[in-house]
Amino acid sequence: MKSAIVLFPGINRERDMFKALTAVGGTEPKFVWHTESEIPECDLIVVPGGFSYGDYLRCGAIAARCPVMAALRRHADHGVRVLGVCNGFQILIEAGLLPGALMRNANLRFVCKHVRLSIENSSTFFTLGMSVGDVVSCPVAHGDGNFFADPDTLERLEKDNRVVFRYAEGSNPNGSINDIAGIVNEAGNVVGMMPHPENMIEPLHGATDCRPLFESLLNAA
Amino acid sequence: MSLPNDIPVTTELVSEHGLKPEEYDRFVNLIGREPTITELGIVSAMWNEHCSYKSSKKWLKTLPVTGERVVHGPGENAGVVDIGDGQVAVFKMESHNHPSYIEPYQGAATGVGGILRDVFTMGARPIAALNALRFGSPNHPKTRHLVAGVVAGIGGYGNSFGVPTVGGEVNFHPRYNGNILVNAMAIGLADANGIFLSEAKGVGLPVVYLGAKTGRDGIHGATMASAQFADDADEKRPTVQVGDPFTEKCLLEACLELMASGAVIAIQDMGAAGLTCSAVEMGAKGNLGIELNLDNVPCREDGMTAYEMMLSESQERMLMVLRPDKQAEAEEIFSKWGLDFAIVGKTTDDLRFRIFHGGTEVADLPIKELGDEAPEYDRPWTQPAPPKPLADSDIPRPNDYTEAVLKVISAPDMCSKQWVWQQYDYLIQSNTAAGPGGDAAIIRIDGTGKALAACTDVVPRYVDADPYEGGKQAVAECWRNLTTVGAEPLAITDNLNFGNPERPEIMGTLVKAIEGIGEACRALDFPVVSGNVSLYNETNGQAILPTPAIGGIGLISDLGKRCSLDFKTDGDVILLVGGHGSHLGQSMYLREVHGLEGGAPPPVDLEKERRHGDFVRQLIKDDRITAAHDISDGGLAASLADMVLASGKGAKIELPASNPHIALFAEDQARYVVTCPPGQATGLIAEAEAEGIPVPKIGTVTGSGLIVMGSATISITMLRKAHEGWFPAFMDG
Repeated sequence: MKSAIVLFPGINRERDMFKALTAVGGTEPKFVWHTESEIPECDLIVVPGGFSYGDYLRCGAIAARCPVMAALRRHADHGVRVLGVCNGFQILIEAGLLPGALMRNANLRFVCKHVRLSIENSSTFFTLGMSVGDVVSCPVAHGDGNFFADPDTLERLEKDNRVVFRYAEGSNPNGSINDIAGIVNEAGNVVGMMPHPENMIEPLHGATDCRPLFESLLNAA
Repeated sequence: MSLPNDIPVTTELVSEHGLKPEEYDRFVNLIGREPTITELGIVSAMWNEHCSYKSSKKWLKTLPVTGERVVHGPGENAGVVDIGDGQVAVFKMESHNHPSYIEPYQGAATGVGGILRDVFTMGARPIAALNALRFGSPNHPKTRHLVAGVVAGIGGYGNSFGVPTVGGEVNFHPRYNGNILVNAMAIGLADANGIFLSEAKGVGLPVVYLGAKTGRDGIHGATMASAQFADDADEKRPTVQVGDPFTEKCLLEACLELMASGAVIAIQDMGAAGLTCSAVEMGAKGNLGIELNLDNVPCREDGMTAYEMMLSESQERMLMVLRPDKQAEAEEIFSKWGLDFAIVGKTTDDLRFRIFHGGTEVADLPIKELGDEAPEYDRPWTQPAPPKPLADSDIPRPNDYTEAVLKVISAPDMCSKQWVWQQYDYLIQSNTAAGPGGDAAIIRIDGTGKALAACTDVVPRYVDADPYEGGKQAVAECWRNLTTVGAEPLAITDNLNFGNPERPEIMGTLVKAIEGIGEACRALDFPVVSGNVSLYNETNGQAILPTPAIGGIGLISDLGKRCSLDFKTDGDVILLVGGHGSHLGQSMYLREVHGLEGGAPPPVDLEKERRHGDFVRQLIKDDRITAAHDISDGGLAASLADMVLASGKGAKIELPASNPHIALFAEDQARYVVTCPPGQATGLIAEAEAEGIPVPKIGTVTGSGLIVMGSATISITMLRKAHEGWFPAFMDG
């Protein structure tokens, strides 16, 4: 599987993602700097977590308007798989590649902890190896992960089975509407999620619950 | 604060700059004339307590600073220790107390930023952050606001920068009501041959300014850090710097790229006293002069005077001596990261610190005398009165053991700090093997099977009662916590927070605490490789509890051989390495259950500490014990409660019938609770006894609560409610 990780200044979980993709996929992803206007041919583009541009204007807002995003959009339009995690999810939403909004956590505090994540859709490229209803342990680490969408969008997301991950009962760390933790676009090739599966793939992390997500990428490719 | 260079230096100005008349006279004699205002600003910044260590230097020199693994001890930006395989760990702890009291979010955030910069200035990538926080009484009207702001600030900076914040301490005491403590520690990883120092080398080489622009923030921060507070503390807000973790993250990446390019001869971050301190440091260490042209300094605002530029503590800035043939390459790296790069001066051979602004010379000072030859005092000090040990009869029994245990584990100092550390990203970088909440955090060295363990420790009420024993205890507890997770303790950084050293009784506390720290470091082969001294922590004449925070690191050579405190298997035998305790002076039990703060703290027998610790560490290496937890605040009861809560497994404990309250709550040192499979207990106990270590069997892992036979039966639900309930309730209250 060939993959690329898009980098903006302030992104800081790119090494975690690099390690996870390399450990499970066996090949090293390429890094693509935000000023690039082209992304090399690949099966998967990842927008990792962090604080692009310090999250100063609004999380993801500045990154969403960088040159490299035009290239990312072209690839996405041609069906290349795109995964956005945490700040990456925020960037994809700001870029209009995914619907909804990510607001400040309901309790207004940054939160880092393990949550239980329920798999709601096992047909995406990132969840192929899982079954609907599987519950995995996965860490979150964010201050602005409170997913919100207007009633129409929310209804479409739910009706079209585009909610990929939900915080399991009692596990919602941020006030997200309908406990939504991750969604997929209409075409099925762009997935965004707030939790960090890349930090839950080896025994050192306490469990390997999220390894099957990365294994799904191989089966999908 | 906009002062032209030609205004006359009056006695009032000298005093406002925190210089004593005799210090000013010394300065005038040194330069042979009256100084300009810029020069006065520079000397006040260099000779204040914070930068010069003038009150503590004499005593700091007594600390052991060398060892087999020590590569660079105190005097550099951070300490450097060898961790094998051509790698080194770089670490330091530093205070940001005064700014955090005035503006908690920015004060704490820039404290974290400063210590991270100290580490990456040396060429190390930060891999972990810790912090030691002390707040006033929970009942004080400012406390909640300060806790919320400091915690958010630490998280806000560290999370964005991308370093896992993996451990620390949070305590409360009325003596911190007007002066909280925010001590931040950072650990970095570097190749042994990739360490960068501040010592300038070579004459006529360009001095380069890197990073963020200079603004008017933080002017006189270091001078403030060297003075006491009165009621007008809030008026000092303009002296607090504002942090920008995004720029710092860019600066980190740019600096590491720059260092890899071979362009850097010497590099120094701009921390306290900004451009002044960094330039003087580089020149004085390298026995060179420095000439700066301030017209080239990137400024955030127009019309800044030389005085302001030299004293600004704007964050995220560095100064370096550049290899001239690498200039184009260096500039390109900084422009890629969107950071300023400006040649602002050069090294000279005249040992002068000369500053030009707008075509005129605004300062011309001898660089050595400003820097490494600053004044040094032997301040008068008095021997602290020895505390009176308590007799057993002074220690009342509890009316109800269950209630007493719950009171101890729910006390503000003892309760779970989850509310705090869940605001810190402790997982980023994917190497966290043990985060906050254990005896010590464990961070894997990326790409290896090794790990570093780290923790911070001090029990200020012990130091207050007996500075010498308290100093020893802080080091011993740190060493013990590292041991408990299976690590080989390597070295410490010390952050000495005390009151006004001009008061002989405070100075006496400092002297004796340093003596105790040194004694313990020598006995445990645990040298001091970096540190920071924060004095004048007083408000309206009321000093803080003496708080020498100790940050230690240890090495785990094989990640498979580490230990945690949670019980693993029902039926495991619970052993008490070191035997039952008898000391309750200064204990949590007396304070929380009976409202008594008296007595002598538990004495520290360093020989015993070492023998018991080495024994436990070997058990972990040989894979013979299944859980380990040290005994400290709150005694055996608190340790057992932690072990139950971490595992969800219960324990049934049998204690000596005579004085179960003493056995439960004594805070005697050199002790550990460990568990092992039932078949192995007898052999283990016999081996321990052969080494002279008492290891009574005290119980079994079983059930789901904490049962102390004949005294208390406490369900895990009750334990959890008590231990985890206090902090969120306090913050929501």
